[in-house]
Amino acid sequence: MPMTLDQVYENRKAKVIDIKGGSGIRQRLSQMGIHPGDEITMLRYGALRGPILIEIHGSQVALGRGIASRIIVEEMG
Amino acid sequence: MRIALAGQPNCGKSTIFNNIAGYKAITSNFPGTTVRYTETRTHVFGYTCDCIDLPGTYSLTAGDLAELEARRHLLSGEVDVIIDVVDASLLIRSLELTLQLLELEVPMVLCLNMMDEAQRKGIQIDVLKLSDLLGIPVVPTIATTGKGLQELFVGVLKVYETEKKGKTLKFSKDIEAIIGDLSSVLHSEWPVNEKVPSRFLAIKLLEKDEFFIKEVKGRIHLFKQIEMFQEQLEQIHGVPSDEVISSERHALAMNLFERASTVIHPPKKDLRIIIDHWVMHKWMGYAILVAVFYGFFNFIFGFGGYVEEPLMKFFDSGITWIESFWGEESLLFFLSKGVLQGIAGGIAIVLPYLAPFLIGLSILEDVGYLPRVAFLMDIFMHRIGLHGKSIIPFILGYGCSVPAVMATRILEFPQHRFIVSILATMIPCAARITIIFALVAFLIGPNAALAIFALNILVVAISGKILSLLFPYPEASLGLILEIPAYQLPPIRNTLKKSWYRIREFIVIAWPILIIGSVLLALMEYGGVEKYINWFLFPITRALGLPFPVGTTLIFGLLRKELSMLMLTQALGTTQVLTVMTKTQVIVFTVFVTFYIPCLATIAALWKEIGKKKTLLTILFTLSVAIILALATRVFFELFTK
Repeated sequence: MPMTLDQVYENRKAKVIDIKGGSGIRQRLSQMGIHPGDEITMLRYGALRGPILIEIHGSQVALGRGIASRIIVEEMG
Repeated sequence: MRIALAGQPNCGKSTIFNNIAGYKAITSNFPGTTVRYTETRTHVFGYTCDCIDLPGTYSLTAGDLAELEARRHLLSGEVDVIIDVVDASLLIRSLELTLQLLELEVPMVLCLNMMDEAQRKGIQIDVLKLSDLLGIPVVPTIATTGKGLQELFVGVLKVYETEKKGKTLKFSKDIEAIIGDLSSVLHSEWPVNEKVPSRFLAIKLLEKDEFFIKEVKGRIHLFKQIEMFQEQLEQIHGVPSDEVISSERHALAMNLFERASTVIHPPKKDLRIIIDHWVMHKWMGYAILVAVFYGFFNFIFGFGGYVEEPLMKFFDSGITWIESFWGEESLLFFLSKGVLQGIAGGIAIVLPYLAPFLIGLSILEDVGYLPRVAFLMDIFMHRIGLHGKSIIPFILGYGCSVPAVMATRILEFPQHRFIVSILATMIPCAARITIIFALVAFLIGPNAALAIFALNILVVAISGKILSLLFPYPEASLGLILEIPAYQLPPIRNTLKKSWYRIREFIVIAWPILIIGSVLLALMEYGGVEKYINWFLFPITRALGLPFPVGTTLIFGLLRKELSMLMLTQALGTTQVLTVMTKTQVIVFTVFVTFYIPCLATIAALWKEIGKKKTLLTILFTLSVAIILALATRVFFELFTK
């Protein structure tokens, strides 16, 4: 079932299906190595509605919730 | 021979550069610290090399100013060899930049840095295979220990002498066909600078690169054709053309990774993961944050106070001795007093606090703690209407306002850069921190100093809120996207060198000015000139309830912030400040000095980054904030202590 990245539970893996938004956000995310088809591990949530921390291709990246909610994913395993 | 070091943030580029250059670039474990490029000249195997350390960029698309700067330099045609430094432990992402650099068609060497980290992650890289696939020399290195750097230069010389360019790896057939068509259109219709390869230009236009699109917009016929090609690509793949290209490049990078490397074991769990569990923890993270900065504060205060007291006593007795030697009214007494106080200010007041502060900040930077702070503080930055990444210039601002203002380049929107620039200048820099320590913490108590820091953060937050309401962002701002690099044991030599480099800046630039200023003030005192300046500033000193002679020191503070404090002892004629000023006056003075007009160097940086008008606005804004706050402090304490 497709969901947004910020809905994935901690320590679960998800596969990116689509990124909603203009070319600005897509470019920024692709620079961090995040593209449709990639596997993301959700590492943790920040306090309040702070950013989330994910792992992508071996590096850790912090993403604001607003951005995370524009990344459509599918939970894996 | 001109060599450019290019690579993604945190790949160890600056460490390599420093190995070549002695010590010139500022390294840190923080994305986007090299905002200006640094250049050095060295001699390798009989060649004179001009070596440039470019700002770290994730890609060659014009995203922010740092990226644009790096790209402009690479395209200037002045670069003979590119050294592409990559973090071997993050090969897939790094190779995406490598592929773009290859499109520039400049001789290139790939430096596979951080091989030790890759090994820990269980990644085994077939160097020869990778070299074969890319068509360029690939050299494994560990920059922190200097391993492989010799071989790196052998590779550089080889490609320089043979002018060997790498392979441009090809995308899927249909995409290559469109790139080819667009290239030939560009070739005939837009005879641009021949240094920009038309294939590179074609790809960037298909990627909707803002900078190049803007360049081409004036040529309506050409622009129409480019749009047509973009649409063609979109129709075939069903996604926007920029996504088509970036997905292709990503696939190429993945493919290279799979062919040239094997993952032999899962990443070894090490202490760092456990540390991060607590450091970035929802609640514990904040407790640790407070503890770290509180500990840091006490360390500086403890060390500085311990050193300041005996040194001040020593210099005081020196001045008394000179006075009795030359006589109270003689010019020679004023002169030598000025010199001695200038020297004393540097040794006894500034360095005891500045040195531990800068060493501590370098350690925090090199370990990689600062991006974690950005992660923790992001939500609070949003509360005051700012972007999470703004914390970066703020933290740098505690070191010096100049790099802080320049670091605003990592922010996407000009409006944003302007607001963060103003706020960053209000963060007490090392010089002002010295004032807070040496005056308030030393004379009144550490808690009073902490209160000033807290007040500062509060005022910056409120100002941020006000400014972001007054100047709303035109576009919806993106949230935080920030790499959190792995912790690193700071290479001690590098960290100390960096601190020394920053301390040296005080010693060779500020200290002489300080001594000259001190002599100048002594002479003005002797000739009775300082009275006029004091009368000129009388409205301010009067309103704030400060002693009359303090006026001059505020003018000196515009040159260098430390001067306002050091000149204070000079202007008051004693190093025992509390004998002539009340505690309230000391606090009011410090509050005012902390916030008022940025120093000359910062003004120059602002002028360059945000323009004349906005710089003037910053001056007015900070001055009004300083006056209001200092007045409020005065009123508060006078009511409170009565």
